[in-house]
Amino acid sequence: MSVFLVASAIKIIVVFTVIMVGVALLTLAERRVCAWMQDRLGPNRVGPQGLLQPAADGLKNLVKEETLPAQADRVLFMLAPTMSFVPALLTFAVIPFATPLPTRWGDVEMIVANLPVGFLYILAFGSLGVYGIVLAGWSSNNKYSLLGGLRATAQMISYEIAMGMSTVAVLLIAGNVTLTDVIAKQSQSLFTWNVFPLSLAYFIFLVAAFAETNRLPFDLPEAEGELIAGYHTEYSAMKFSMFYIAEYSNMVTASALMTTLFFGGWDIPFTTWDNTPPWTTLKTLATLAMFSTKVIFFLFLYIWVRWTLPRFRYDQLMALGWKVMLPLALTYVTVIATAIWFLHDGLGWTYDTRFALALFALNLVLAVPLFFVLDRGRIVAGSVAEA
Amino acid sequence: MAIGVKVMKRPGTKVSYVRATLQGMALTLQHLFRPKVTMQYPEEKSSQDWTLSPRWRGTHRMLTDEQGRAKCVACGLCPQICPANCIKLVPGEDEAGNRYPLIYEIDEFRCVFCGYCQEVCPEEAIHVGVHYENSEFSRDRFVYDLERLCAQTHPVSTLWDPSDPKGE
Repeated sequence: MSVFLVASAIKIIVVFTVIMVGVALLTLAERRVCAWMQDRLGPNRVGPQGLLQPAADGLKNLVKEETLPAQADRVLFMLAPTMSFVPALLTFAVIPFATPLPTRWGDVEMIVANLPVGFLYILAFGSLGVYGIVLAGWSSNNKYSLLGGLRATAQMISYEIAMGMSTVAVLLIAGNVTLTDVIAKQSQSLFTWNVFPLSLAYFIFLVAAFAETNRLPFDLPEAEGELIAGYHTEYSAMKFSMFYIAEYSNMVTASALMTTLFFGGWDIPFTTWDNTPPWTTLKTLATLAMFSTKVIFFLFLYIWVRWTLPRFRYDQLMALGWKVMLPLALTYVTVIATAIWFLHDGLGWTYDTRFALALFALNLVLAVPLFFVLDRGRIVAGSVAEA
Repeated sequence: MAIGVKVMKRPGTKVSYVRATLQGMALTLQHLFRPKVTMQYPEEKSSQDWTLSPRWRGTHRMLTDEQGRAKCVACGLCPQICPANCIKLVPGEDEAGNRYPLIYEIDEFRCVFCGYCQEVCPEEAIHVGVHYENSEFSRDRFVYDLERLCAQTHPVSTLWDPSDPKGE
């Protein structure tokens, strides 16, 4: 028991520190990658390659004047930054990031809390993040903030459903909501990574994850062209910083989720060495490196997309959410459930590479008409005049 | 659609969102690895693509003769022509009857860097310079006196020559 407590405490501290440092570096990475994509150099003055820039920014924000609008709801105004930032961190608690680490006191699982309901926990806390944004928008007593907050709510609700639906398919394959089991099912071979048997679910999840984290092309809550800065217009100094930390922690969590649910988590492809006992420290380190690589790739994807795509218009966002993503996710769950039932009960296959490849083929067949329709732009356009 | 919302007629058949998105992503990825155009200013002051033009009109410089005296003969043309009224000149005369400036001051804050003073100068004494780094800790340091103008070492502007408009 005490071993568990000590191990958990250490894991919490380490994971928290790593995420916070990662978030700090991510703000730098965002600015530098953005600059590179625009043929500039980006911040490279503070420390080697600008590595100390986040520290300088943090210090600046700490000593800046905090402003409080006279008509603001004081309590909620103070609470909102924390409320947007805590759920992002909490979600990370159930994500397994490496194979168990053997110690003198037994194997320590490399997951902060191995909840049996891990996945439901993620859905619950993922939705909680919107409260911070909505309350920030409302308590500021500023019309732009309020509009930003309202947009965030509408957006989160719309895409939450598609996101949940897309992950139902993952649960159908895993047969369990524990994330360690989800990973175990995926680690059989490269093609059992859920991104292959459930490619379209991954596509939906990816789009919904961008919307959930309020990143471009879905950053309508803070659309600076219309809303100044949206929900954080009235915030300054460290409270403003908190929203940034929240945004980036959300990105980290969403990337970790994509990795866990669709890209095999910490699984190293082309080998089964990493997912069979006995556990060694080397395996822990190797799988941790693999997990980090995948997460960093998705973080890069986030940044890459942000500096490429323009923002959606509000009606386009809603049309995409309700008219494309939701029906697509519903249909997809039905189709994939039927397919899994047919392969599993009809043909009596168990989940392995063959099973995954069969589903992958089905996905390819479904993807062709889907992307054909999307590519014609008839649905996403939204504002084509009805003559 | 609400009243007063302008509805754009967009092409329904030719647009391609998926391809356009992928093309955009490919483009930004290419730019990621391209050479950067940023010139890191305090370290690099000119690059292959950009140097200060020889016709640049910047901080003034007074040229001197072999004895190190200012070439200025205090004729008074430059304060006369100066559109910003930034040149202060008090003429003096020595025993041999040579005119020289007792006081010659240019307020670089008032100056509009038109270069008329250089154009009008019959002795080729006052020049605008190919120079732009003029930071100081106080405002009054921007009034350059004769001594300071003579002490400047940067190259002088060639100005615009009507017979050679492209500067070739």
